[in-house]
Order: sequence, then C-alpha cells, then structure tokens
Amino acid sequence: MKFGVVRFPGSCDEVDAVLACERHGDAEILWHGERDLHGVDAVVVPGGFSYGDYLRVGAIAQFSPVMEAVAEFARAGGPVLGICNGFQVLCEAGLLPGALLPNTELRFLCRQVDVEVVNAGTPFTRACEERQTLSIPVKHTTGRYYAPESTLAEMEAGGQVVFRYAESWNPNGSVRDIAGVCNATGNVVGLMPHPEHAVDPLTGSDDGNCLFASVAELTAA
Amino acid sequence: MLIRPKEGILDPQGQAVERALPALGFDGVANVHVGRLVELDVEDAAKVPEMCERLLANPLIEDYEVLTVE
Repeated sequence: MKFGVVRFPGSCDEVDAVLACERHGDAEILWHGERDLHGVDAVVVPGGFSYGDYLRVGAIAQFSPVMEAVAEFARAGGPVLGICNGFQVLCEAGLLPGALLPNTELRFLCRQVDVEVVNAGTPFTRACEERQTLSIPVKHTTGRYYAPESTLAEMEAGGQVVFRYAESWNPNGSVRDIAGVCNATGNVVGLMPHPEHAVDPLTGSDDGNCLFASVAELTAA
Repeated sequence: MLIRPKEGILDPQGQAVERALPALGFDGVANVHVGRLVELDVEDAAKVPEMCERLLANPLIEDYEVLTVE
C-alpha cells in the first residue's frame, strides 16, 4: 500500500509522518501545489504551520490545489488522517466537524499524554482495542477542540469521537476531553496528538504505530 | 471587518488582558475580547459577507462585523 503525506509551505512534521508510514507501507510526499495524489491509498495531512498559520490556523491551506484533491478523495471514501495542524486544516475545510481554539492556558504545550481510543472502528483505529490507552506526545498552541453542543451530541451518538484524553490528561481545555474525531462516514480522522512521533521505543513509546498499521491492514485486506 | 470570538466561547486571550489592566491601575474594566481587524479595498462590497463566511472568519467560532468607509 502507498501513503501520501501532504507538504504545505510551513509543514514541519511531514518527514516524521513519512518515516512512520514507511514502517507499514510505501510513502511519498504530495506537494501542496499539485492536484495529483499519485494513486496513493491513504493520505496523511501532517503537523506544522501551513502557510504560516496566517489569519487562523489551517484557514489558508484548505484552498490549496492538493486539498481540493484530498477533499475529493475523502468524499469518495478514501482514508485521510489529519495530525495536529492537519487536523486543523481538515476542520477548516469542513471535512471534519468542529474547530480548534487556543489552549486555555495560552501556552505552547509539548508533552507526552495518555489518549484513549473511543472508536476502534475507523480505518485508522481498527488495529487498536476500544478503550486502549496510547501514550502519544502533543505539541501545539491551538489545540482546544470545540464544537457546539448540538453537534457534540450528534457526534457522540454517531461514534465520531475517536480519541479522548484519558482522565486528568486533557492538556488544552478541549470540550469533553476530545483529542480526535472522524467524519460521519468514518474515513476522515483528525487528532491533535502526534502518532508519527511515537513509532519507535527509542523515543519512549511506539503506540502511534497502531494508527498507521490500521490503515495498512485495511488496504491489504 | 472586525472579527471577534463568538459570545459564550471561552476567550483566554481576552481574559489575560482583562487581568493585566487592573495590574496597571486601570480598574473598572470588564468583558475584554481580543479579535482581529481585516482591511481591504473592494470594488463590490456585496461580496464581503461571503468572503467573511468562507475565509476571513470561521462562523463556527467567530462573529464578524463589516464596516464600510467610502
């Protein structure tokens, strides 16, 4: 299987994302100015500061040529994973519900957190156990997940809350401890923690592998 | 365009400024909110609300107000 990892001007985690993907399949970089997804089986929108995060985080990246192709791929049911800034971009693009606001404490956070898998049925969590706790780092300033109450109720009912910060681990004030969500059809997943930074025991945890393994198994099946 | 956090959404930036003002002796300050100002020249002002809805503001979390100067 082949992963495509998007690179915007200002992306900074795309190389780690490619290295994480390469543990589970082939991977290549997709340049933001191109509409061609090169036949990849899954897309990762990585972390960073796309287009300088000018205006609002993720606001400008949603209109890049590659995102038009990613949106089309997502609407056709293709698996798309947004990590950190990638999650913000997917929310701004309307591919995921909600928005990300500045952390309650207004500080940049960089720490390992415990994240619970709430929905183990998505293309990016099917190799995880439901309620499994993953140790994954977060590093962000704008990670406070927000959606209106009515949307949250629909999301909870439809299994669209995919990851929650484990009890007492919510680092940023996210509503209902939400760390990651999916769209109504489940093929687009976004989360603030960085699974691509947790794929080797050398760096403290390799729990992040299960997200990449999930989609690799799915496309191999 | 004046763009500000929607009412009811926690605005920690506004709160931080609100706490800082009394520290400088400016008492009697409440409801501080920090937003942003976008200035532009446009031929057709009727297009501005759509610009706000689609890019300049995120209607889920922000309100906007359009001020016109001829």
